[in-house]
This record gives sequence, C-alpha cells and structure tokens, in this order.
Amino acid sequence: MSPPAAETEAAAPSAPGRRGELSEGARQERRLGLLLCAPAVVVMVAVTAYPIAYAIYLSLQRYDLRFPDQAHWVGFGNYGAVLTSPFWWQALWVTVLITVVSVAVELVLGMALALVMHRAIFGRGTVRTAVLIPYGIVTVVAAYSWQYAWTPGTGYLAALLPAGSAPLTDQWQAIGLIILAEVWKTTPFMALLLLAGLALVPGETVRAAMVDGATFWQRLWLVILPLMKPAILVALLFRTLDAFRIFDNIYVLTGGSNDTGSVSILGYDNLFTALNLGIGSAISVLIFLCVAAIAFLFIKIFGAAAPGGEPERR
Amino acid sequence: MLSSRTFRTRWPAAVAALPVFLSALTGCGSSGSGGGAVALNWYNFPDDSGALQQAADTCSRASGGRYVIHYNKLPRTADGQRQQLVRRLAAHDAGVDIMGLDVTWPAEFAEAGWIREWTGAMKEQATADTLDAAVQTATWKDRLYGAPYNSNTQLLWYRDDLVQNPPKSWAEMLAQADALAKAGKPHYVEIQGAQYEGLTVWFNTLVTSAGGAILTPDAQAPSLGPPAVVAAGIMRDTAHSAAADPSLSNQMEDQNRLAMESGTAAFELNYPFVYPSMKANQPELFKHFKWAPYPGVTADRPATVTIGGIDLAVGAYSRHPDLAFAATLCLRDRDNQLTNALKGGLPPSLRSLYQAAELTNSYPFAADVLAALDTASVRPRTPAYQNVSIAISHTLSPPAAIRPESSVATLRGQIQDALGSKGLIP
Repeated sequence: MSPPAAETEAAAPSAPGRRGELSEGARQERRLGLLLCAPAVVVMVAVTAYPIAYAIYLSLQRYDLRFPDQAHWVGFGNYGAVLTSPFWWQALWVTVLITVVSVAVELVLGMALALVMHRAIFGRGTVRTAVLIPYGIVTVVAAYSWQYAWTPGTGYLAALLPAGSAPLTDQWQAIGLIILAEVWKTTPFMALLLLAGLALVPGETVRAAMVDGATFWQRLWLVILPLMKPAILVALLFRTLDAFRIFDNIYVLTGGSNDTGSVSILGYDNLFTALNLGIGSAISVLIFLCVAAIAFLFIKIFGAAAPGGEPERR
Repeated sequence: MLSSRTFRTRWPAAVAALPVFLSALTGCGSSGSGGGAVALNWYNFPDDSGALQQAADTCSRASGGRYVIHYNKLPRTADGQRQQLVRRLAAHDAGVDIMGLDVTWPAEFAEAGWIREWTGAMKEQATADTLDAAVQTATWKDRLYGAPYNSNTQLLWYRDDLVQNPPKSWAEMLAQADALAKAGKPHYVEIQGAQYEGLTVWFNTLVTSAGGAILTPDAQAPSLGPPAVVAAGIMRDTAHSAAADPSLSNQMEDQNRLAMESGTAAFELNYPFVYPSMKANQPELFKHFKWAPYPGVTADRPATVTIGGIDLAVGAYSRHPDLAFAATLCLRDRDNQLTNALKGGLPPSLRSLYQAAELTNSYPFAADVLAALDTASVRPRTPAYQNVSIAISHTLSPPAAIRPESSVATLRGQIQDALGSKGLIP
C-alpha cells in the first residue's frame, strides 16, 4: 500500500517545515508555545527532577534509615550488589515475563474490543461504558477481589478448583493470575487508545479495498493495521512502561512471595522493610533506566511518535 | 461561556469557605489538649475486641485529667505496623507517644534511638511480677526499652479421640501421625510452614530446643552449628512424612486453625487463640480438643518454645515522655491485662495473673502456657532482626526442599550478610 492520504492530511496542519525557514508568524507562535509550556516545565522539574536526582545521590551511599549518622559514600557499590544478586535477576525475569505476556494479550483483546466498539451500531455508549468498567475500578480494590476470589475458603473461584489447591501460592499459577488481573484491568485502556487510532482510518480507504475484493483479514492486515501503526505503537509504549512498573496487583495478590515479585516489589521491600535507602535507591534508579531504555527502544527503533510529537515518519 | 460563569460564581464561595476550613484545621490541632489534659497517642495492633480502647478510656479517666490516651490502630500485618511506625519515627514524629512493638523490634528501635530507655522507679514497676523472657525481649544492651504488654507462646493441641498419649518429641509425633495415616484416620500435624515469620519461629524453637542458638550471645555472628542441622532435619522430615499437610508450605497460623477445625488434622502447634475458636466453631470436635507441652527435639528434654507478644515503648520524640511512661504503666496494669486476656484472648505478661480464677476459668491451659513461658526462648535480639528473619524464612522455604547440612551453610552466609546490612533482601 502506498502512503495513504490520511496521514499527510493529519500531519499537514502541524508540519513545521524545515528548520531556519520559519515565517515570522511561526516563530512568534513557537515563542508563545514555549512561554505557555514554561510553568508546566518548572513544576515538572520541581516535582520530578529533584526526587530523581536525590534517588541517584542516595543510591551512591550506604544509607540505613535507622542509622543516618553512619551514612557514607560507596560509589557504585550498591549497583554492584544489586546486579550481582540473584534476587534482582529473578525479579527482573518475572517482570519481563509479566510485561511481555500481559501486553501481548492486551493488544489482541484490546484490538478486538476496539473493533467491536467502532462497529457497534446501536448501544454504542452502553458498550463503551461497559468495556470501561474494569478500568474505572481502583486497582487495589480489584486486586483484593481477585485475592479473595482465589483464596481457598473465601473465594468462589478457588472453590471451582480441585480441593486443596491454593493457586496464589504456586509461582507459575500466581504469575498467571497476576497477568490475568492485569489484563482484565487494563485491556479497556488499550482498547480506548486503539479505538482512537481506528477512528483515524478513513472509511473510503477501507471501502476502496473492499471494492478491490479484499477480505476482512486482508483489510485488517494490509489497510487498517498499517494505518493504525502510530496509535498501536503509542498504546504499546504506554502499556509496556506501565506493565514494567507493576506493583499494586502483585503487592495485594502475593506480596511477592514464592518468587512472584517484580523489580518494583524488590525495591519496595529493600526500602521499606530492610530500610536500606542505598540499595533501594539503586534498584529504583535501575528500574528508571530500564523504563528509559524501553521508551528509547520504542521511539527510535519502532518509530513510535513521542506522545504529543509530530508524526513525521514516512 | 458556561465554564467561565461557573468559575466566577464558584470562586467567591470557595474564598468564603477558606476561613471555615482553616479554623476547622486549627480546631482539629488544638482539640487534643482541650480541658488541660495532654493528648497521648498510643499506636498499637488493631484490636477488635474493644479491650484496648477500654484500657485507654480507663487510664484516661484514672489520670485525673492529666492525660487522655488516643488509641490509634496500626495495620493488621506486622510488616505494615513496623513500616508505619518506622516512617513516623524516621521523620521524628512528635505525635508518637506510646507504641506497641512486636517483641522482635525493641533492639532495632532502641539502636536507632527511636524509643526511650526505662529507668529508676518506672523500670522497677515495668518489670515487677513480669515474666523473665518477656522482659528479655524488651532489653537491649542491658537496658530496658519497653514494658511487656501481652505475651504469647505455642502449645501442642491434639485430639484425644485419635491420640491417647500426647507425644513428648517430634519423632514420636511423626510416628503417631504415620500410624494414624496407615489406619486411615485424620493424621496431619498443623504447623506454620509458609515463607514468613512463622517459619522463623518454628526454626528458632527447634534450634533452641536442641540446645543451640541462631546468633552468638553478642549477636554479632551466626551460631547455628549442629543444633541448627538437627532443627532443619526435623523440618525436612516433617515435610516428607505422612504428617505433612499438602499445603504445608503455604500455611500460617490461621490456615492451621481452619485445618484443625475441619477435622483433617490430629495435631496442631499453635497459639491459644485456637481454643475459643474451636469452642465456637466446632463444639463436637471441641470435646476432644486437648493440649500438651510443645514436643521436644528429644523426649528427655522439654522444648524451649519461642515467645511472642507486644512490648510497650515510649517514643523518643514525644513531647510528654513522663506522662507517656505513667500512661504505659497504667495500660499494662493488672486489670487492663486481665481484660485484654479475657476479651482479646492474649496471654498476659504478669506472672501472678496466671493464677487468677477469672483467667483459669476461661483458659484451663493457663498453667501450661505459664510453664512454656518460663522456659521460653527469645528470637535473636539484633537491630538487623528483620533481615535475619527474612534470610531464615527464605532459605528454609519450602520445608520439603531443605537439605539440612547445605541449607544451614547457606543460611550462615546469609545471616552474616544480614547482620552487616549488606546485599539485598528478597
């Protein structure tokens, strides 16, 4: 398929042209834009840059919350301790597994839901509302519902299993249930982002393909999905970043026992149970670097448009 | 524009509401000292029986208007309780006057300088008539940092329709369970095998019963040695015997209680709360529900069961430490401990109460609990206890995977790291 008209159309209003060729009006507009952004930038620096810098500073020290007087500089010692610890690699492995599986399942289900919502002829509002309900429920509340449901003695789901099975206490079953809770919870979000992308696909292009005799699957694979690529990549980027930082579902469902802890759980335990600010901060910084790497990967390699950026791809 | 109109009409209303809001804030801040009485905040485990609130009210009235005790409920889990207290204390919260510490925390809180030492007459009152093991839990570097509130320990509970002679040792108990299994009768031994503090308690009881200790007396290094290998061996044998409940590796105290009440088990090693529960839930089984001392590692040597409970400590940043000490002594006095035992079901820390008729009427096993507490063992006293305990429960979980010699060797290295607060915790 040749580059569709819709894309250039969508890009046209905001296309800035090449550098140095800005008109006077465009320059003024840009200056106004920067000025309007400035307060937000200042606030963001105050509330995010400072904590990040402080976490990096803490991560370079041996710092026990109980004995602040004994804090001392250890350079990259904490990073060495984390990266040589089997607990870190175990948690990272679990995190990557949960991220990959849950995002993949969410993408497929979310796409299906988006198609349904897009095509719904009657009851469109009802369908969209119903789909959004899981996303509207507070994660911790939903997680507790799952936890009770899967706990023998209190739950209706556990009652369906063979007697004596306690799925939340087995590593593989528990990870499966964590993924299930994640998918149940965030598929609507994925579906909404994809629905927005689906709305950008011009009806005439699809109809033209239909006239050419394309089947439903051909239309989906060769017309709709390529046109939706920017939306899909943004949705994947958001969900991957979110899923990688998974904490609340695991915290409630298993507390990270039986090797089901994510890197965020590991960081939390080291910060708040061991009260080891140095090691805990080092873990936090490593999570930050992983998240940055994921974002970089998506934007540079897969060419996802940075959220809010101009779709300049060809 | 609608939005700007609503904005304009709402804004003055919001401004008008501001003084009300501010006065509500200040009102909230000063209400505590209303009537001249000082407000003391007592942070303790959440109690549903009403015993703790009753003690706070009684003591507030008895103070003659000197102080009013506000009972603040901490989270349900021990980890959650410790986290909240640590966060407040690390931030030098002056609003923490009295706190209920799990018996494993005083060393840590004292070393961090978060709680005050008990001295002089107050110390004498806090230790008079008090169980020795309970006082030990509140002692760090030969100084007293807490007044023992309630105590706790495990007994062996069994069904006398299945077991005629309660076992004196673990080997005997596992053999009896095996015989019951062969006869097709309920035979499980209910014990805390999940990866959590309860597993550490089991290990500590076995190691000390075998004549050993987890840490050296100065708490600077792991002791372990042959007694630890014996202990790890018993845990492993239990997990591989007919006595093992299929969900052993996930069981905590309450799952043990439920399993015993469901009739699948013949033995249960648990705290006395199982007794009133069995009475209420399974009156038929209750007729056969009996108790005996915790089995020893060998039949000729009684077990030294791990002591549990709460120590009351006074916050280092409290503005009214003298009143807080006085209030603490009132909260743990004889009457309040008796109420807590009868209503809340928690064994007291005052020795003389175990002879009180009110208590022995409700708890016929009071004498056995006292005997167990008199020989009780204390979990390792070190500021790094939390890390040491996690190292233990992580290394010895699941019990079926224990390889006594090598597990204890691994544990030695992990405890060394934990004591130096090196490395990560899982």
